[in-house]
Amino acid sequence: MAPTFKDLHWAKNIQVQQYLQPKTLEEALEMLASFAGRARVIAGGTDVVPQLRGRDIEVEALVDITGIGGMDGIDEDGENIVLGGLVTHAQVATSELIKKKAGLLSEGAASVGSPQIRNVATVAGNLVSGQPAADTSIPLLALDAIVTIAGSKGVKNIPLTDFFLDTGKTALDCTREILTRIQFRGLKENEGGCYLRLAKRKALTLPMLVLAAVVNADMEKRIINHAAIAIGPVAPVPYRARNVEEGLKGAPISEETFAAAANSGMQECTPRDSCLRGSCDYRQEMARVFIKRGLTRAIAQIGS
Amino acid sequence: MNALTLTFTLNGNNISMDISPDTLLVDLLRDRLGLTGTKVGCREGECGACTVLLDGIPVNSCILPAAKVQGRSLTTIEGLADEKRQLHEIQQAFMDEGAAQCGFCTPGMIMNAKALLDRNAEPNDQEIRRSLSGVLCRCTGYQKIVQAVATAGEMKKSQG
Repeated sequence: MAPTFKDLHWAKNIQVQQYLQPKTLEEALEMLASFAGRARVIAGGTDVVPQLRGRDIEVEALVDITGIGGMDGIDEDGENIVLGGLVTHAQVATSELIKKKAGLLSEGAASVGSPQIRNVATVAGNLVSGQPAADTSIPLLALDAIVTIAGSKGVKNIPLTDFFLDTGKTALDCTREILTRIQFRGLKENEGGCYLRLAKRKALTLPMLVLAAVVNADMEKRIINHAAIAIGPVAPVPYRARNVEEGLKGAPISEETFAAAANSGMQECTPRDSCLRGSCDYRQEMARVFIKRGLTRAIAQIGS
Repeated sequence: MNALTLTFTLNGNNISMDISPDTLLVDLLRDRLGLTGTKVGCREGECGACTVLLDGIPVNSCILPAAKVQGRSLTTIEGLADEKRQLHEIQQAFMDEGAAQCGFCTPGMIMNAKALLDRNAEPNDQEIRRSLSGVLCRCTGYQKIVQAVATAGEMKKSQG
């Protein structure tokens, strides 16, 4: 019989037989391999623990990776910015480097959950959860981030555009692999970024719509070279509006350009009807508003 | 089930105890250690009534596996008053300002306020509101709570 709400609400445990705390990446991967799919990685645990308590997932063991050294830093590597797999939302939201080089990601990270959630929840975990409107997935997707995944067979780098497969499903197997690194290029002189979030309240609430835009433009000729626009939740995965981006290549910076982009982008968006977070019609209309506003603000930010 | 031996500092005291690996921190505190000041509201990290400080940082103890406090320092609402049971200035300010009604969220509010005032003794209204944004209060409308945190900051400053 399925557990009732009452059973689940009062359940005091997370139904795991073992809680493992490895000190190195190799040790963690060996532990995962030895459980052959019956163990799961936990970092901050803010998604995993509620899922375990709700019996949405069942595992024999949790492998807590937060004791692994050298994965909790935010570093600059040439023109790239590198986040370790254990970097929390609070770290990203307060990093001066991120604020300066990728303000859209700072704002996204500052919007997740609550201070207590942001203090432990990792950005890597936000990606791995694979939700279509995750507050750091959307800006990282617009920033063309690349993630590094370590498994028992070695290490692979995957662009975020290929990482999200379906709602809650990514290219990473969280029973066998670990996301160790997130890399993206900081914004250049002629680039601007913007993060927009529509939600019922300012804290502790999932978004009705999230948009992140990065625009590369020639401000003297008043021409957009290229732009990246990520939106959620308008598809089963965090969505890149490729058709809009194609239309913006070489387009003049003008109200007409923004309006055309907004209208074509709205057609691409297929959000779900949600009783709590807005109807499909409403969210499509707001996608139109956000695309225009996002482009305008990203361009206004160039050189500032 | 493989028991874990947990060693940590709780409100300044060293603790060592065996726990089952599926224990959540809030239940360890309330059921095994008898510290029922930390409240259980939603059990899913939404309401913040269960907030405790882990190495000075506020976290929701209802969704934190107890094993995560291994080797770390934990502060609960019971750890704020001093040995002579003199209330902490934030607790005093909450009383003075009438910042509690049903009182269920109060421990969560006070622990978040403590983390804020420890790093910033003169927070502005925005900073106070942001620091409390992870705790839901269904009684007060928040105004008196925000005022109490500001008052506590002033008390802390005047005490040096």
